[in-house]
Amino acid sequence: MSQDVFVFIEAQHDAIRPVANQVVGVARSIAEARGGKVVGLLIGAGLEGLSSDAASIGVDRLAVVDHAALATYSAESYTTAVVGALEQQGGGPLFFGNTSIGKDIGPRIAHRLGQGMVSDVVAIEQADDKPRFRRPIYAGKAFCTVEVQEAEYVVSIRANSFPAAEAAASPAEVVPVEVNLDPATFKVQVKEVIERDAGQVDLTEADVIVSGGMGVKGPEGFEMLKPLAEVLGAAVGASRAAVLADFIHPSHQVGQTGKTVSPNLYIACGISGAVQHQAGMSTSKCIVAINTDADAPIFEIADYGIVGDAAEVVPALTEQLKKLLA
Amino acid sequence: MRLIVLVKQTLTTEARIALNDSGGIEDAKIKKVVNPYDEFAVEEAVQLREKGVAEHVTVVTVGPESAVEASRHCLAMGADEAVRIDDSEIESTDSFSVAEVLGAALKGMEFDLLLAGQVAVDDNASQVAVRVAEILGLPQINVVSKIELGEGEVTASREADGQTEVLTAKLPALVTTDKGINKPRYPTLPNIMKAKKKPLTIKSLSDLGIAAPTPKVKVVAHTLRPAKQGAKIFAGTPAEAAAQLAEALRNEAKVI
Ligand SMILES: Cc1cc2nc3c(=O)[nH]c(=O)nc-3n(C[C@H](O)[C@H](O)[C@H](O)COP(=O)(O)OP(=O)(O)OC[C@H]3O[C@@H](n4cnc5c(N)ncnc54)[C@H](O)[C@@H]3O)c2cc1C
Repeated sequence: MSQDVFVFIEAQHDAIRPVANQVVGVARSIAEARGGKVVGLLIGAGLEGLSSDAASIGVDRLAVVDHAALATYSAESYTTAVVGALEQQGGGPLFFGNTSIGKDIGPRIAHRLGQGMVSDVVAIEQADDKPRFRRPIYAGKAFCTVEVQEAEYVVSIRANSFPAAEAAASPAEVVPVEVNLDPATFKVQVKEVIERDAGQVDLTEADVIVSGGMGVKGPEGFEMLKPLAEVLGAAVGASRAAVLADFIHPSHQVGQTGKTVSPNLYIACGISGAVQHQAGMSTSKCIVAINTDADAPIFEIADYGIVGDAAEVVPALTEQLKKLLA
Repeated sequence: MRLIVLVKQTLTTEARIALNDSGGIEDAKIKKVVNPYDEFAVEEAVQLREKGVAEHVTVVTVGPESAVEASRHCLAMGADEAVRIDDSEIESTDSFSVAEVLGAALKGMEFDLLLAGQVAVDDNASQVAVRVAEILGLPQINVVSKIELGEGEVTASREADGQTEVLTAKLPALVTTDKGINKPRYPTLPNIMKAKKKPLTIKSLSDLGIAAPTPKVKVVAHTLRPAKQGAKIFAGTPAEAAAQLAEALRNEAKVI
């Protein structure tokens, strides 16, 4: 077994996702403790352009599986590709972002390799010997520290919980890896992929999120949030109730059944702060609540609050921030 | 068609979480429920049977004696049969171990579709069902809010980051359910009574012919989310409050 540490480099819309840079940073601390290198795994089809980007995000070596059968993501083909590349490169701990792909294939890969996995990690408590990782449980009301028992394991990290790795001064060596994939044997077919929001900041990776709930009263309320989001360069989030009421598209939902986010700043406008909503945002660094009800649970986890009508406070805040950030 | 649903008993989502003297999660006085996401899976399975698409629904749980409540709840919702695998011999219920146990149990059972919740509200790991699919060589469609069963295949769409994927998997397959797929029914009193007569089997690891798996990860400590001081509330007119907030975000929290 090598001392090396592996990173699944996730791309979306032909660009490396920011969470991948953070995963490389985490892998680097583990690799330093083990005395090994950080090896990136890039999986897909037609990867010439992406490979050169991925070679510069701070990995020591980049293994690339470029295969026509990997043009669209599927758990089945990606699991085989990742495991194949990992084994050919000597094996070692494997790090993912806790993204929809990470959740989909992380456990599958871990079990194929007979390994443990720690999901949704927000901190490293011990990097050497038996590494220890902290992760939220009970919808973020508590954390547990998990110790891995063996030298090889899988970890997924929550986006925005770790700083990005420093970019490399010179690009890493790129190693093409051949993996045997026969689409005729696949048990899953991708019928359709409906892409959304290309070009927009992905909610899970945004530094700032302005989020709306039933208290913004309607789709117009979300129109009101947009200028605020614009001044802050923020993405727009929503509660499930707002999504169910058709105020905004479901892809904006934050929470247990929506996106898990951990931005530097989360501004909750007219959101009560139900447990399931908190599950998706309680690890945000700074939480602001704007709500007419001073007893709303969101204030219990907020750092700052304004008790008032979102329809008045949001435009006022937008104005103040425009002045301040001008 | 036969369906199996994996079910875990969890603390209710609204539970106030505290630590006990030995540093674990204090669960003695807290209401225990069927993990809400597993409940969606059970409801879906029962509806498929009611529609005549499926004939038989078995719910399988790994848990202590008290988890029998979860099995009973599922039977009262309409499942035909329940199996509880006693976890007292399992040293540490990490996802690897639980999946190994479930894998061994399911190898001896006949089924076409395996259902489970997309996440358990207690440990938030989303691992066990996917690991079981890997053990059994089943294809998977995770986090779905609509299922269509066809001849030898299941089609479902899943919400992924930035896109919706519509996938078709050959049966037998695993599908994990998300909120929005259905509204789980409340068991009625007559159904609760009927459930008492339905088969509920308890199995030990030796019944399954396996030794306790060696855990791959161990929980070594629990901590509570640090209580916040209470939000700093800015008062005054909307403009005044907003000005103070903007100032605090800039100079105190330094997040903008
Ligand atoms: C299994 C399950 C999963 C779930 N998953 C999620 C999830 O992923 N994400 C999620 O968000 N929810 C989820 N929920 C739903 C959750 O329990 C809440 O129902 C939901 O979050 C409430 O949304 P809300 O805060 O917008 O609405 P409400 O609870 O109706 O709150 C509206 C808030 O707006 C305030 N308000 C009213 N008028 C104004 C005004 N003029 N100005 C300012 N404030 C005002 C009110 O005081 C109130 O606090 C889930 C529930 C279940 C059972």
